[in-house]
Amino acid sequence: MINLLLFPIILPFFFAIILLFFKENIRVQRSLTFIGLLASLVAALFLVAKVKADGIQAITLGGWSAPFGISMVSDMFSALLVTTTIVLTLLVVIYSFTAIGKERERFFYYPAILFMVTGVNGAFTTGDIFNMFVFFEVLLIASYVLIVLGGEKKQLRESIKYVLVNVISSALFVITVAYLYSVIGTLNMADISVKIAQIGQPGIITVIAILMLLVFGVKGSIFPLYFWLPGSYAAPPIPVLALFGALLTKVGVYAIMRTYTLFFIHDVGFTHEILSVVALLTIIAGCVGALAYFDLKQIIIYNIVIAVGVILFGAAQMNDAGLTGAIFYLIHDMLIKGALFLLIGIIIYITGTSNLRKMGGLMKTHAPLGWIYLIAAFGLAGIPPLSGFVGKLLIVEGAFESGNIWGSIIILASSLVVLLSVIRIFIYAFWGEPVDLPKTERRPYRNRMLPAVILVILSVLYGVGSEWLVPYMTDASNVLLQPSIYIDAVLKE
Amino acid sequence: MEFIMIIVIGILFAAATYLILSRSLLKIIVGTGLLSHGAHLLILTMGGLGGSAPPVLTDGVTDFADPLPQALILTAIVISFGVTAFILVLAYRAYAVHQTDNMNLMRGNDEHD
Repeated sequence: MINLLLFPIILPFFFAIILLFFKENIRVQRSLTFIGLLASLVAALFLVAKVKADGIQAITLGGWSAPFGISMVSDMFSALLVTTTIVLTLLVVIYSFTAIGKERERFFYYPAILFMVTGVNGAFTTGDIFNMFVFFEVLLIASYVLIVLGGEKKQLRESIKYVLVNVISSALFVITVAYLYSVIGTLNMADISVKIAQIGQPGIITVIAILMLLVFGVKGSIFPLYFWLPGSYAAPPIPVLALFGALLTKVGVYAIMRTYTLFFIHDVGFTHEILSVVALLTIIAGCVGALAYFDLKQIIIYNIVIAVGVILFGAAQMNDAGLTGAIFYLIHDMLIKGALFLLIGIIIYITGTSNLRKMGGLMKTHAPLGWIYLIAAFGLAGIPPLSGFVGKLLIVEGAFESGNIWGSIIILASSLVVLLSVIRIFIYAFWGEPVDLPKTERRPYRNRMLPAVILVILSVLYGVGSEWLVPYMTDASNVLLQPSIYIDAVLKE
Repeated sequence: MEFIMIIVIGILFAAATYLILSRSLLKIIVGTGLLSHGAHLLILTMGGLGGSAPPVLTDGVTDFADPLPQALILTAIVISFGVTAFILVLAYRAYAVHQTDNMNLMRGNDEHD
């Protein structure tokens, strides 16, 4: 019994509550947020080391033993995601110091971010399906605050749609949990897995699997359910967009991966076939969107949709290479999407527009920005040895192993589309004749470069040092491949 | 008893769907409220109605109600309270800024601003 795995959830929560009392004092807000996230990061790194050394960590709240009480479980998969979440939030917060504006900082911007981190980390760590719903709501309510904060006309319009979509999908989540409880009679995820194995996945469980795919698919933006994403994500300012794009959809993806590797593994011919077809359709839909727009934000937003498809396709293969690749690609995507959003935020700040047609020639005036953006773009497209490559290679390998030749071809082709879409930004924004730029202060631009550059460097290190990361990734995918490890760790405490 | 509950849940879901598909923002919000009520009742029904004793640990009682669905509903109700309150305020602000509560007029994206 060890409380370490609760720290990345409780520390942001604790600091957020303290921050509520210092509404007007921006300096306190900034420094406490920074300290809180730094402390959470230390705890998360300890957690990764602990999980690596001693295996899965589990804790049952209130001393109720496993199937009855609420368990929190930290395996390597969730520990890595928790760490990435905190790293990313820390850098976005540093970026926000100059980018978000004093008005928003005064209206609980940082507490909302910390509450969202609480929810995200909680959803990654929980071992109880209803508790996952609660943590989803925690992060969603914080995200409602973030998306509407500022109250611009466009924000209000889009946040109504965002809130409505999520309220309805939450109701569907409750309904799904109700069905699951009536069939299985337990809410502990490890126990659900045991009970489903005992009755051998009858049809009703497959129905529940598809309902879960719908619920998490809305949050993770899979093929027919991503309709709300481009509009809603374009509304808030860039730092919020970076957080949403890097974290929120990934929670849905995590939930799908978790449930589809732990619960619904006895009828993979049906559920996982649907998952991989939907994932491929997601990739295609994302590609169409990414090529269709001449707007910086929209291009990168549609790249989120593509990445979700790639990750889920890897997860649907249910073999070693596919799952390891999916985990690799998931963490890669969180880092690189954060970096890209921060970089296009700087481009939009410098040029004063997000329309590609009104830009040009930034390479002559802002060369370092151009080179950093180029590295990030290549990383996103997966050019070796940058970080996207390893994950995608493993996913394609896994797809070949399970005989999905067409799937692999679509994934490889999508890399070209991704490259085309981000290089188009490079060509339009950085090449050509310079246009008249609005006057921007030199200093905020410099300050904003720092977190973006750190994120790009992290993603490059993630790609170059992937050899060193392999043991961690294997640990993470082993848990997904063999649910018995997870079950034993939770139920035998 | 389950039979009546299921019909009530069905009516709630049908009404919720009808309201959510309407144009007025306020009706949509009422619809989401009904939807979550239906979901809560569904949990209660799915957990199994019945049990003659309250779910309190006492010796010699075997036929007691299942406490877990009630705990779940409590949590879900609190969450839906909070979200409904938030969305009502949001709708009011949006109405004040956009001068309309017609969702048809709130369509569009950046290019239409």
